[in-house]
Amino acid sequence: MITRRRLAGGLFLGTGAACGLAHPLVWARSTDALSETSRALHALNRLAYGPRPADIQALQAQGAQTWLNNFLAEQLEPQKLIMPTALASRLQGLETLELSQAELLGRYRRVAQAATAAASPQASEAAAPNAMDGAMSNPTMGSASADGANAEAAQARARREYVRPVVLQAAQARLARAIESPAQLQEVLVEFWFNHFNVFIGKGPVSVLAGAYEREAVRPHVLGRFRDLLGATAKHPAMLLYLDNAQSVRPGYRVPALQAMANPNAARLNGLNENYARELMELHTLGVDGGYTQQDVTELARMLTGWTIDGRSARLGRSGPLFVFDPSRHDNSVKHWMGQTIEPAGQAEGERALDLLAAHPATARHIAFKMAQAFVADQPPAALVGRLAERFLSTQGDLKAVTRELIASDEFWQPQRYGVKFKTPYHYLISSLRALGLGAPTDVGPLLQVLAQAGMPLYGAQTPDGYKNVAGAWMSPEALAQRVQFATSLADRRARQGARLEADAQRLMEALGPLWNPTTREAVNAEPAPMRLALLLSSPEFMKR
Amino acid sequence: MLRRRQLLCSSAAAWATGAYALWPGLSTALATAPPQAQSGPAQKLVVVMLRGAVDGLSVVVPHGDAEYRQSRGSIALPAPGSADGSVLPLDPLFGLHPALARLMPLWQRGHLGFVHASGSPDPTRSHFDAQDYMETGTPGRKSTPDGWMNRLLAQLPGPVAPTRAVNMGPTPPRILAGGAAVANLGVGPRALEAKAIDNPELQAALGRLYGREGDLARTLQETKESRIEMGRSMAMAEARSRQAQRDAQMSPGDNGRSSDPSADAGAPTARGFAADALRLGQLIQADPHTQLAFTSVGGWDTHVNQGGARGALSNRLGSLGEGLESLVQGLGDAFEHTVIVVMSEFGRTVRQNGTGGTDHGRGNVMWLLGGPVAGGRVRGEWPGLDRSALADGRDLAVTTDFRGVLSPILQQHLGLSDHAMGQVFPGFSGPILSGSILRS
Repeated sequence: MITRRRLAGGLFLGTGAACGLAHPLVWARSTDALSETSRALHALNRLAYGPRPADIQALQAQGAQTWLNNFLAEQLEPQKLIMPTALASRLQGLETLELSQAELLGRYRRVAQAATAAASPQASEAAAPNAMDGAMSNPTMGSASADGANAEAAQARARREYVRPVVLQAAQARLARAIESPAQLQEVLVEFWFNHFNVFIGKGPVSVLAGAYEREAVRPHVLGRFRDLLGATAKHPAMLLYLDNAQSVRPGYRVPALQAMANPNAARLNGLNENYARELMELHTLGVDGGYTQQDVTELARMLTGWTIDGRSARLGRSGPLFVFDPSRHDNSVKHWMGQTIEPAGQAEGERALDLLAAHPATARHIAFKMAQAFVADQPPAALVGRLAERFLSTQGDLKAVTRELIASDEFWQPQRYGVKFKTPYHYLISSLRALGLGAPTDVGPLLQVLAQAGMPLYGAQTPDGYKNVAGAWMSPEALAQRVQFATSLADRRARQGARLEADAQRLMEALGPLWNPTTREAVNAEPAPMRLALLLSSPEFMKR
Repeated sequence: MLRRRQLLCSSAAAWATGAYALWPGLSTALATAPPQAQSGPAQKLVVVMLRGAVDGLSVVVPHGDAEYRQSRGSIALPAPGSADGSVLPLDPLFGLHPALARLMPLWQRGHLGFVHASGSPDPTRSHFDAQDYMETGTPGRKSTPDGWMNRLLAQLPGPVAPTRAVNMGPTPPRILAGGAAVANLGVGPRALEAKAIDNPELQAALGRLYGREGDLARTLQETKESRIEMGRSMAMAEARSRQAQRDAQMSPGDNGRSSDPSADAGAPTARGFAADALRLGQLIQADPHTQLAFTSVGGWDTHVNQGGARGALSNRLGSLGEGLESLVQGLGDAFEHTVIVVMSEFGRTVRQNGTGGTDHGRGNVMWLLGGPVAGGRVRGEWPGLDRSALADGRDLAVTTDFRGVLSPILQQHLGLSDHAMGQVFPGFSGPILSGSILRS
């Protein structure tokens, strides 16, 4: 607290006198105003991907308190915010964002077909594995035929033509929104909830579906009801394929002859796969200590048999969701799950399971803990977790209410939280671009590379637990070396584009004025001018949020 | 592939005369290289974690167990010699997955062994908890703040050095979390290229920016020290490998090797893990201070269509085998003083599931490689695959605690005292694996 006061006081003197900020007196007149500025910065760091110069200008023009009140109110009602034209037209230019689930899977199928066609030009369509069988027909597994090299080349071409644009455009949309959208909290929440219900583009057809999953299953519900979010993820082809439920069938199931002919891989299905059932309880809802047993996992897997993808609609390229409940795949016997006897009821068994899981106190605690950890502290205060869990239960999982409770909590605003949470590579990257007032670049390739190199490839978390959100998972000599490298190359690129680095650094220091603490200003200003931009982006207050 | 196997086999004959003979070119380079300033070779431990639970029953296959074939159906591997893609015989009960054929020369020389039905005493089937327990070394206890390799680092006899422990990977693993400083080697071909942070002026400026206290200051300090050391070591390793390449070019066909100089010099043809593992091995070899190293490989969670002799798991094991071979190659003469442990959080169900894969199970197999390893044997008490012997009626039982395999390595190989063992594995009182897994 004391250091913060000092910091803000120092800022007032330093910036007001030396840099001629637009309205230094408005925000710096009293100690309260100073702490309001700190609060506003804290909000930008935790509820957004860091301040942009325009945010600081607005904050100074309106006064920190007014700005902050408006900001918080707006962020909880993102639908009322107007998307900048540049961002809107950029998103409109991404034509694969319009593709239906079936069209997307069709693109993935083209890769397998290309290989088959190259290997034997006669037999293409019929022998091409059905995309819905996921890892079973992963075209990256390569064929061992004499035409293997040919087939591989054809696959690579098809992948470049049909799959890569889908993945790239999904990434472009995500990054452009994160950098430029005024609905920052929504973007932060999309990242949070996607990560909570993670799917991985490295697993076969999930590559083409991950973007659609984010748009269709995650984004609409991040401030909605948890049960809706849970249901949407459960039924999305990306999740059905990623965690294999699309292929989990009752024991003794026989694939209908016609289907088996169209899809040789499907013919092999003959029983349970408990992958989704386990992660549904362990990661998505109850949490690993949520009090379920191995028996509960197996029983839940049985209840969820038949939740799959409509292969016929997928092949015909129909529009709309591809989820289907296939009664012939469903295990119709009585189950004993979580202390309850579940009478046979088809799809309703799975729905009932989702109902129960979404309303379970263990789920409330699990979600509360994860949100408090992501937004407040690596070791979140127990009292806050308890209150968020209560709110979750009392509102039947209203995520807007829980998020509001979080933002309104004393714990969130405690000054000792300011600037201490080590940024993930994703947050660091986005916040750097925002700090410099840059938009999303046309070619996001280099940004994706930075994320991959840092161990946080976009849509690339292989395991269903997603990425961790604590310093212990990210802070290391390698991370430091990479961030300093990124900051330096960003500065170098600016220099190559003709920017004067000295001026750039000066501008950054002024534009984000209140972010920098006096010791950083002093230390940076004492160094040679070409180094200053990189140093600012490597400073403690920029590495952390 | 063929060429590599030939290479290993041909050098197998020369192995008897000592580990130096494994890479003849390297040994020549070493003979002419200036002696290193060190007092005796440091004992080394490399841990490779297979994240996602590798199917141990497909790695070291209990083909002699009557229940195996019945439980595994379409993914069962054929018994030795019985068909195309059959397992490689290890002993009457077990065979090795054919995708790991390149490791057989190590087995034959007694430098590769396994401990089957090993794992964690905690019954969790959560990947994340199980990995956590295997990395903290305290199964069942979640509050342990640090990893056992970091505690081990603090307990190692001898002087501290910034590169005494090396993690290879983009992010810090739980197993090395803790108070002792750990060096970090990135992945990819550019992992050790000079970076902005190697510029002394920038380093000094960052030092002033971060001050003396706090996590960033500490991380910067570790970064500075370890990068200098690793850069130096890698330069040395590269000089040796260039020398080796020259030697190889000067004597084509020597020792029955192929006449392709790049293959003879052991330049890795594989991408990804193999290249990274080679670099890690070279670094360990060239840095006399390095005693502990860790890396992990993911992608073992084979719920669907894992395949048998061919297929997804086979491909993955092939790359892993190639990586381990590269690691051994990179280690060169240091292999003689190195124990490599390969482990995974738990095994997979004995029965094949409904989608041609396997689900989360319990017991797994631990792999031990290295000069000091008394290999050529599959150790551990085999509980059998009979339904009555299975954990929860479905999984291979754990008969050896993973700490019971690691403890003798820490004590006999790395020289830890009983007291130090208590720090590394608090609350573990055995039993340790019976019979020595190390050469005396």
